[in-house]
Amino acid sequence: MREIESLPLNQTQKLRLEKALDQLDFLSAGANSNACVTVADTILVDHQDGLLKGHGTTDFDGELVATVCGVVERVNKLVYVRSLRARYKPEIGDIIVGRVIEVAPKRWRLEINFTQDAVLMLSSMTLHDGIQRRQTADDELNMRSIFVENDVICAEVRGFQHDGSLHLQARSQKYGKLEKGQLLTVPPYLVKRRKQHFHYLEKYNIDLIVGCNGFIWIGEHVETKDDMVEDQVTESEQQNASEDTHTPVEIRDKICRAANAVRVLCTLGFNITADVIMEIIELSNRIDIHDMLGAEFCVLVAESEVDRRRSSTKKK
Amino acid sequence: MEFVSPEGLRLDGRRPMEMRQLRAEIGIVSKADGSASFEMGNTKVIAAVYGPREVQNRSQQLNDQALVRCEYTMANFSTGDRRRKPKGDRRSTEISLVIRQTMEACIMTHLMPRSQIDIFVQVLQADGGTRSACINAATLALADAGIPMSDIVTSCSAGYLNSTPLLDLNYVEDSAGGPDVTVGILPRSTKVTLLQMDSKLPMDIFENVMQLATEGCKAVANYVHEVLLEKTKQLDKHRGV
Repeated sequence: MREIESLPLNQTQKLRLEKALDQLDFLSAGANSNACVTVADTILVDHQDGLLKGHGTTDFDGELVATVCGVVERVNKLVYVRSLRARYKPEIGDIIVGRVIEVAPKRWRLEINFTQDAVLMLSSMTLHDGIQRRQTADDELNMRSIFVENDVICAEVRGFQHDGSLHLQARSQKYGKLEKGQLLTVPPYLVKRRKQHFHYLEKYNIDLIVGCNGFIWIGEHVETKDDMVEDQVTESEQQNASEDTHTPVEIRDKICRAANAVRVLCTLGFNITADVIMEIIELSNRIDIHDMLGAEFCVLVAESEVDRRRSSTKKK
Repeated sequence: MEFVSPEGLRLDGRRPMEMRQLRAEIGIVSKADGSASFEMGNTKVIAAVYGPREVQNRSQQLNDQALVRCEYTMANFSTGDRRRKPKGDRRSTEISLVIRQTMEACIMTHLMPRSQIDIFVQVLQADGGTRSACINAATLALADAGIPMSDIVTSCSAGYLNSTPLLDLNYVEDSAGGPDVTVGILPRSTKVTLLQMDSKLPMDIFENVMQLATEGCKAVANYVHEVLLEKTKQLDKHRGV
């Protein structure tokens, strides 16, 4: 995504943005201002016995040295460096959004911004009929009716296999193919792991999935059906629904607004959460969608972020 | 030709032990995982790092470490006379190899098995010392991509003309045909990872010249460190808690 420097700011906007960013500096000054390290920096530790070297650190002549740029984190005896700009590091149970790049025997390969492609096995999927059963050869032949190349899907990290490959699973109706919406990619450090990654913004009737891997899906709301009570009637309804591929203009408008909100946040390098996205959509109500990517709105978002962080620090 | 005037000034007005102005910028290629531009005076290069990502050619996949690839190109407009160079000429192949080996020495490849890291460097403006500038840019881009490295690598060149050791040669001095030593070091341990020399030098003078180049590398390292730290702080602060 673009950088702040590439914004066509005029003189006043530049000053306002600088002021806002300065205030952000000031607000975060108390937290951990000197915890930032770069490659080959010494990490200050008092060498008490039983120090644990974590990720992003190495031992050099008895000193603890960082191997990536990032923030030093200390948990009891463990010292590690959390890198900011890096590819996604999967953890079991993470909800991710990915794109199918290959249909292979009994599996799909997905691009999820990891160092390798992730694997979604046919056997770790709940099929459309929703019945727990063994996957047959028929299912394998029909794999393309589930996902084909370039489909965007949502899944959960299942774990690493012995050969080091990453496996995913989609054992619920909430996972699966994503349609009628937009996919945005942001650096994964802007997304925090939370309890909730699926959001239904009722006000705008859109779905928002904030994948831990920095892939964000914004699409028209779809009702997740409970697969246990599915019967003949709902099935016919489902067929009707699949024929109806039209998305109303108002919803498309809201999807674009949400997508632009994510783009602005990404440009400014602010954390991306559903609440903040909602706030920015509210803020954008007075202007056109395409003006949301302009310099003026960017400055506005930065200023509102200052207010938000200030009020949140006051509460503490 | 006189490369150092009696007043002790070089052709571009520098002192013999003076470097050209350094300027670096991080994150200039939006699609890349890491990117940087690096300027040493009028030499300007741009580096982009993609990866670690899935290995494109399965037969090259390594099961215990990452595959590092490097591609060096010179833009047609980078030199004084506009020339269309064939893509795989000897010079660029050699420099690609040099950069790859230098960077591979510091990347902790064993942490990213079965993946590949691509480094693309392109010279936008050539005024001597492109090799050093490319290595410095690649270091910055790798650090920006969040790839674990045991140390940063910095590089600088030095030469010997008019019986004076000169730091950081520009194009005119470079093409004078005198000795040109390019050194790449790991600043933390001051270990040498790259040492190249054109033509020859007596032993005692070589040591002086090399010492000078090493000092240059350290100066570059300080600057690179400063740039990286500033960028990291900026990212962390904008993100908030």
